[in-house]
Amino acid sequence: MWIYEKKLEYPVKVSTCNPSLAAMIIEQFGGADGELAASLRYLTQRWAMPTNQAKAILTDIGTEELAHWEMIGTIVYQLTKDLPESKIVGTPFEAHYVNHGLDVYPHNAAGVPFTATYFNAKGDPIANLHENMAAEQKARATYEHLISISDDPGVIDALRFLRQREVVHFQRFGEALRIVQEYQDSKKFF
Amino acid sequence: MDMNREQLMRRIQEVEFAVIDINLYLDTHPTHQQALMDYNKLTQELMNLKMMYERQYGPLTNFGYAPSQYPWQWIESPWPWEDEYTCKEDMPCGFMKRN
Repeated sequence: MWIYEKKLEYPVKVSTCNPSLAAMIIEQFGGADGELAASLRYLTQRWAMPTNQAKAILTDIGTEELAHWEMIGTIVYQLTKDLPESKIVGTPFEAHYVNHGLDVYPHNAAGVPFTATYFNAKGDPIANLHENMAAEQKARATYEHLISISDDPGVIDALRFLRQREVVHFQRFGEALRIVQEYQDSKKFF
Repeated sequence: MDMNREQLMRRIQEVEFAVIDINLYLDTHPTHQQALMDYNKLTQELMNLKMMYERQYGPLTNFGYAPSQYPWQWIESPWPWEDEYTCKEDMPCGFMKRN
């Protein structure tokens, strides 16, 4: 069961209209290392996790990632809200516009639609947790690229928050990995 | 303490963020007593703040987690992705950094 809270995890205050920036930030809405891929990766891996700590951390980080997905959607929506066509033509957002108008849709910055092949559930908790740690680092790197090409102070503020969460999640997955390894080692008798 | 809607929401976001972060920490450190005490204290503060907000501005959650006044308040604006910002034809558009 999930409950929706009618609020953002962190406030998003976009300062300008900027379809070009929206077209790049959509990478984190529907890209390989984006928030949707992160959420589905963790929520998909929960089922066969061997320890309660790992079940909890996958459930809770998977849930927080959906709140981040909502923040990214909000940034994209606000950067393009009520945008007249004259402001879209000739920008990288034009290709999105011809298919989706001003709806937000999960594809990456290059227009490739979201796919479950962006993540895996390997049937091996050690492999899964390593994938998750790598995913958090790749998302951190994406946020750093996005921050360095952005000059909207409100967008940068929200992106800095999201980047920091990747660092915390990486730390928590590392702890979960150690707990699962110790659990597996404790079951070996020679 | 008198707060307007935005200030109250901001405070809720601050306290809930602390609760989320401590929650994740406790998932991998379930016997850390100080963290658990912080979690319980902030959870109580968050519940009070949300009750204060919902009394004035309507429910933050549905599906039986908060009652509604008449008429059904859940559908009322603003939704989280909305605010007053609107791009007009004569507004300059932002440009991305070009170094």
